[in-house]
Amino acid sequence: MSVNLTLLTVMGALYACGIYLILERSLTRVLLGLMLLANATNLLILATGGYAGLAPIFDKDTPAGDYNDPLPQALILTSIVISFAVTAFMLGIIYRTWVLARQDEIQDDAEDRRVAETPSFDAEDDSVIPVETSEFPLAMVGPDEAVTIMSGDRPVRADKAAAEEQPGSLNVDPRPEGGEE
Amino acid sequence: MITVLAVHFAVAAVAPLLFRKFGRNSFFALAAVPAASFIWLLLQHDAVYSGTAYSGGAITEVVPWIPGLQLDLAFRMDALAWVMSLLVLGVGALVLVYCARYFENKDNYLGGFGAQLLAFAGAMFGLVTADDLLLMFIFWELTTVLSYLLIGYARTRLSARRSALQALVVTTAGGLAMLVGLIILGSTAGTYRIQAILDQAPALVAGPAGGAVSAAVVLILIGAITKSALVPFHFWLPGAMAAPTPVSAYLHAAAMVKAGIYLVARLAPGFAETAPWLPTVLGLGLATMLVGGYRALRQTDIKLILAYGTVSQLGFMTMVVGLGTPEAALAGLALLLAHGLFKATLFLVVGIIDHQAGTRDIRELSGVYGSARALAIVAAIGAASMAGIPPLAGYVAKESVFEAFIQYSSESATGPWLLGGVVLGSILTFAYSARFMWGAFAVKPGVEPTDFKPVKPAFLAAPAILSLLTVLYGLWPAPVDDWIQPYAELFVDGSESSPGHLALWHGITPALGLTAVTFVLGLAMFYGRNAVARLQTLVPGWIDSDRAYQHTIGALDDTAVWITGRTQRGSLFFYLSVILTVAFVLPLTALLLANKPLPEGLYFIDPGAPLQLVAGAGIVIGALAAVRANKRFLAVLMVSVTGYGIALMFALQGAPDLALTQMLVETIILVAFVLAMRSLPPGLRDRTGGKYRVIRVVIGLAFGVTMIFVAIYALGARVAPPVSLQFPQLAYEGGGGLNVVNVTLVDIRAWDTFGEISVLALAATGVASLIFVRGRGDRIRTSATVAEGTVGRRTGARGSTRDDAALAMNRRFAAATRDAWLVAGRTLAPERRSIIFEVVTRLIFHSIIVFSLYLLLAGHNLPGGGFAGGLTAGLALTIRYLAGGRFELREATPVGAGTLLGIGLATAAAAGMTPLLLGGEVFQSAIVELWLPVFGDIKFVTSTIFDIGVYIVVVGLALDVLRSLGAEIDEHFEEPDEPSEDEDSGGAPDEAAEAETTSKGRT
Repeated sequence: MSVNLTLLTVMGALYACGIYLILERSLTRVLLGLMLLANATNLLILATGGYAGLAPIFDKDTPAGDYNDPLPQALILTSIVISFAVTAFMLGIIYRTWVLARQDEIQDDAEDRRVAETPSFDAEDDSVIPVETSEFPLAMVGPDEAVTIMSGDRPVRADKAAAEEQPGSLNVDPRPEGGEE
Repeated sequence: MITVLAVHFAVAAVAPLLFRKFGRNSFFALAAVPAASFIWLLLQHDAVYSGTAYSGGAITEVVPWIPGLQLDLAFRMDALAWVMSLLVLGVGALVLVYCARYFENKDNYLGGFGAQLLAFAGAMFGLVTADDLLLMFIFWELTTVLSYLLIGYARTRLSARRSALQALVVTTAGGLAMLVGLIILGSTAGTYRIQAILDQAPALVAGPAGGAVSAAVVLILIGAITKSALVPFHFWLPGAMAAPTPVSAYLHAAAMVKAGIYLVARLAPGFAETAPWLPTVLGLGLATMLVGGYRALRQTDIKLILAYGTVSQLGFMTMVVGLGTPEAALAGLALLLAHGLFKATLFLVVGIIDHQAGTRDIRELSGVYGSARALAIVAAIGAASMAGIPPLAGYVAKESVFEAFIQYSSESATGPWLLGGVVLGSILTFAYSARFMWGAFAVKPGVEPTDFKPVKPAFLAAPAILSLLTVLYGLWPAPVDDWIQPYAELFVDGSESSPGHLALWHGITPALGLTAVTFVLGLAMFYGRNAVARLQTLVPGWIDSDRAYQHTIGALDDTAVWITGRTQRGSLFFYLSVILTVAFVLPLTALLLANKPLPEGLYFIDPGAPLQLVAGAGIVIGALAAVRANKRFLAVLMVSVTGYGIALMFALQGAPDLALTQMLVETIILVAFVLAMRSLPPGLRDRTGGKYRVIRVVIGLAFGVTMIFVAIYALGARVAPPVSLQFPQLAYEGGGGLNVVNVTLVDIRAWDTFGEISVLALAATGVASLIFVRGRGDRIRTSATVAEGTVGRRTGARGSTRDDAALAMNRRFAAATRDAWLVAGRTLAPERRSIIFEVVTRLIFHSIIVFSLYLLLAGHNLPGGGFAGGLTAGLALTIRYLAGGRFELREATPVGAGTLLGIGLATAAAAGMTPLLLGGEVFQSAIVELWLPVFGDIKFVTSTIFDIGVYIVVVGLALDVLRSLGAEIDEHFEEPDEPSEDEDSGGAPDEAAEAETTSKGRT
């Protein structure tokens, strides 16, 4: 089988340049890198067609082997137009990023960083809650009376204790979820 | 049975509406459902018990559900299911009645709660009657989910949320193991019908797949152990006491935790013989019984005393039911019923105490007996039954259990130990029963009497009925005996032993002696409770499963955070580096390890196209320049150079279609780049320098080299002739076209192309929505509404007088007074117009459009086609836009881009589907030959219609790009001026415009 090293060398160079560019922070360079990668891939597909040949316009007298392989050509044609659409879409993204943030650089995702810093303590799972010995703690006192009960080691008003532990409540250890303070 | 289920779920679905209207009394309506089902169940008694256990004696219902998976809605009501249903439906109805007085009308979420409780009863009924392993599993998981919701009823309370989640995690983990076991069992047996599996169980256990069956049984038992809260998973049950007490009474005493026992009972007739069965069931059962009893004695919350008591009893029941002898089977079901009755009673009593006194702490309760004698009597019956005091149900059941174990200890070496364990557990049970009664009702010295509101009869009704049944069962156990006998007979393998009978008085037997021992030692433990408590505090360091669970979950959390933190770093560079490094390291390693010689047929210079070397060099130079460029547009331009170079490469290779398309695309992309990046700064800063740059270079080079070698070996590996050798012939004869590539696109691989134009439409819509944000922006004003010379007008002095003078000159000359060359040219500010450009555009626009149509239609036989034609038309529109501004573009395309995309897709789809209507296949094409005047003979191929669709979609895409990246961004630029412009044009647009237009105005 035939292997066209010229095409493959150019392809390799385009891949190398494209990869170098998409590892960059600038969105524009990333897009240019993607375009180079698309071009490189088109060359790769083209190389599968073998030797250069006649344009695949049918002629009764020409044997099929004399044409350049039409199948890779059809695939590349599809690829070219799709790359155009993707490039246009990326341009839209770049413009929108610029309008919103006045920069065209890829930022590190701060949310991901915060995940890594999640403390081991989680109020929902790990906070100490007082032992409850009734579902009706206020059965014997009217809800209007200000009765304090001991919750853990803190005195808490009984009606507040009953509406216990929504986030930020009095009964839970008041450390916030992020645990910075 | 299916009707019963359906009614349960249907009423549950409408329950919230009932509650909105009738408040807490709706619980009575809900209770009617299981109550009516209970009566139906009693009426089925004769049908179920008409034959012996083997010869039918069961009612079955089967409705096909998913035949492909052999999954049917198969239900089967035999003695075991019938007895379980009695418990499930009967206690369910009573608990719902009880709820009607337990809750207040002002309580939140009652509707959902009632619905869940009723649905739970339905699910539990389904679980015990299902005759299909998978169907049973579905009900099993339904009960898990519903119990999660029910335990978490007090959703604002952290304790409720936490214990609900804990119960869910533990039981679901067990459920998953069980599912695996069920599938192993089902596929080994070749059927998922429970009855069919049990029928062939002996063959399965002894057969070649015995190992698999044993594994399956262990996995299924794990499910049962977690569900029934056996050691080491017992901790979730006391935790689940955060649920409202009726829920505890139903789920954690009578129904759900019995599901595990039921499963053991269901499988015991067939699989008690497998090797792991007895050690698992007996060992864990006994351990649970002792741990539960021991810990019950330490509790100060009467609900927790019951909870640990339940744990203890569940272990007890598992042992008995799993033993696999006829006596044990009889005793097990008897105990199951008795336990359901007395434990539900006691929980309901606890609920009443909590409700009326506001506490369940035995250190605060005192003298309740004096305030509520009826309640105390009901409780006393329950507790006495739990302790096994005659003449109550618990005594009858426990007596038969002792009988069974005495029998077993004569057959097995471990028997006496088990018997001893069971007696010890019973002593503990007696002690904590006494502790419960004492803690709840007794007068305690030094504790002031608890305020206790009087108990209404309706509130007490449910526990009272249950305790009445406890007494009845104890005094007259014969009916219960009849109900259970068929199940116990399943275990009789010969004729030498019979299950015996339940009775209040068996005569003087060893069992009676053991009962007496139990009472004496239990009483001693109760009276010596202070000594026992001291002893318990002296024995620290009990392994606390609850804490182990917390640590496990905590460690899991920490591991997840650690792994996420190490892998998900938020840096695109990091992700891509890892991916790409893997992408070249693996293939390179493989290539090096394989160490294959290079394939033959390598060449640098193609004899047919020696110029490729030159073009290649140009491409590489362009790419390198693009990498090094530090100006934005320079980089773009250099990438374009590679693009044009590749077009040349295509042409040299023998692909005119590709060359044409690549040229057109490259040109439009260049324009789009310039349009989109107008507002971005011209410089491109290289911020990732230093060692990162080295890494990038290394990764890039290595990847490129890898691709070259992968390609060489891949191409060299080809042995078969290409499939496309037949394409020219196919294209000519089947597709009716000479251009093989085009016929490939619109005919041979039409599906592919159709997918592609769908992607184009999506991408175009994406571009439009990114720029317009709201909507697709298909409604741009026509140029007639725009004042003359206002678009893109420079405002204010720019400082330098020379610029101002040039501007004034521009305005004087660029304003045409006569017919414009372009329709909307007049809307542009004079300084932005170029008369020459407008004239040229006027001259060539229509020619280009005609040429694009030619490309489209000729493409079937010559280079061209829908893509090239559409791109050419897009180029024409680009020229028009650049010359005349956005209103010119609007005038040039009266149809919106979205409409174009839609029409294009529809045309292509119609071209594909029409042959179907005519009896052909999708995308089949036909050749029509006809004669037209002027044109002469015409050969028309229907796939051209498909190509027309492609053409329209591509035009729509180009238009969308121009409108978004061009026109709309223009408007963003002009936005600061807009308010004043609107004000001006609001009153008299023409006048205002005239006043501002220097050259035209005032002549």
